[in-house]
Amino acid sequence: MIAFRTDDREVHPPHRWPDYRSTRLRAPSLPRVPWIHSPTESTGPNFASHAPATREADLTARHSGAPLGERILVTGRLCDEDGRPLGGQLVEIWQANAAGRYAHRSDQHAAPLDPNFDGVGRCLTDADGRYRFVTIKPGAYPWQNHANAWRPAHIHFSVFGPAFATRLVTQMYFPGDPLLELDPIFRSVPEPARERLVARFDLAETRADWALGYRFDVVLRGRDATPRGL
Amino acid sequence: MKSRVTPAQTIGPFFHGALCRAGGERLAAAGSAGALEIGGRVLDGAGAPVDDALLELWQTDGRESAFGRAATDGQGEYRFVARKLAAAPLADGRRQAPHIDVSLFARGLLHRLVTRIYFPDEPEANARDPLLASIPDADVRARLIARLEASGRLRFDVVLQGERETPFLDV
Repeated sequence: MIAFRTDDREVHPPHRWPDYRSTRLRAPSLPRVPWIHSPTESTGPNFASHAPATREADLTARHSGAPLGERILVTGRLCDEDGRPLGGQLVEIWQANAAGRYAHRSDQHAAPLDPNFDGVGRCLTDADGRYRFVTIKPGAYPWQNHANAWRPAHIHFSVFGPAFATRLVTQMYFPGDPLLELDPIFRSVPEPARERLVARFDLAETRADWALGYRFDVVLRGRDATPRGL
Repeated sequence: MKSRVTPAQTIGPFFHGALCRAGGERLAAAGSAGALEIGGRVLDGAGAPVDDALLELWQTDGRESAFGRAATDGQGEYRFVARKLAAAPLADGRRQAPHIDVSLFARGLLHRLVTRIYFPDEPEANARDPLLASIPDADVRARLIARLEASGRLRFDVVLQGERETPFLDV
């Protein structure tokens, strides 16, 4: 049985972060119950034999026309802390369109929907842990957290890794965005770890006359060398 | 090569189209032998329903395993169909009561919450389960055990904050 390291408080945001208003009534107030990893937490769902169709990794080619906006490639590597590539892993993403509007019934932002964009993508990582999506750059959008609040452009990422313990949902941001330093969700991450959420512009991934390339690596908890007792 | 772990961020309110699929709530085929309905509500610290949460259930007995995923509805209600599997023992040989691991995501949760659903018809196994035994307060401990409703459904409410707060695990 492989054991995994515990959650790192220096990396992840705290549950309670009053600047992000929705945490106030949703953050638990009791301390978390310490727990070792039993076989339930050291194992997890395996999606390797349920590969999404290739077209699910191209968010620009699933409708009758091309979506509006700046076409981009988002690629990177999924690995653990020790650099071990995590292949055959499901990566799920979702995002707003170029105008900053989600194709979701709850999104009330007065920006146009794009009939050629639903903002949803899925793929499996290859044997080296690499994933690649073709999409458009999402727009920033206003939200009701505080006066004149705007979310920086971002793409939501969901990954599992090898075990229930390694599950991660996060957001990828774009370099140079002036909204980052104003965003309570981004700023909830301990300062030294924030930059890990910002993709890098990557000329090597950029395709001439076609699309800018961004690189976003996702690193999950590594294995624990010493099994823990309770 | 040492890499640094990627921080978590909230799932936000707009995940449904990407993450929810028909049948995602089934860890077992409805009507199959041993299939149980498990459901309940997710409530915030003011007792209001959390209508934009995503729950993921995972269970394994060491051979068989099952995963399910479903969102709460407008009333904060969720619903799964699952079976009770015997739980695999800990590495040191201690036995665990049958249970289902739960990940909970929502707008306002910057990082997932983890809890466990135990079964009400396993009083002896629950009494010697190492996780349940590690929670000293019997009233708090009982919040991890689903209740059997008259309909036969198992009910497991998740209270994010407050007096009836669900115990969340540090995994």
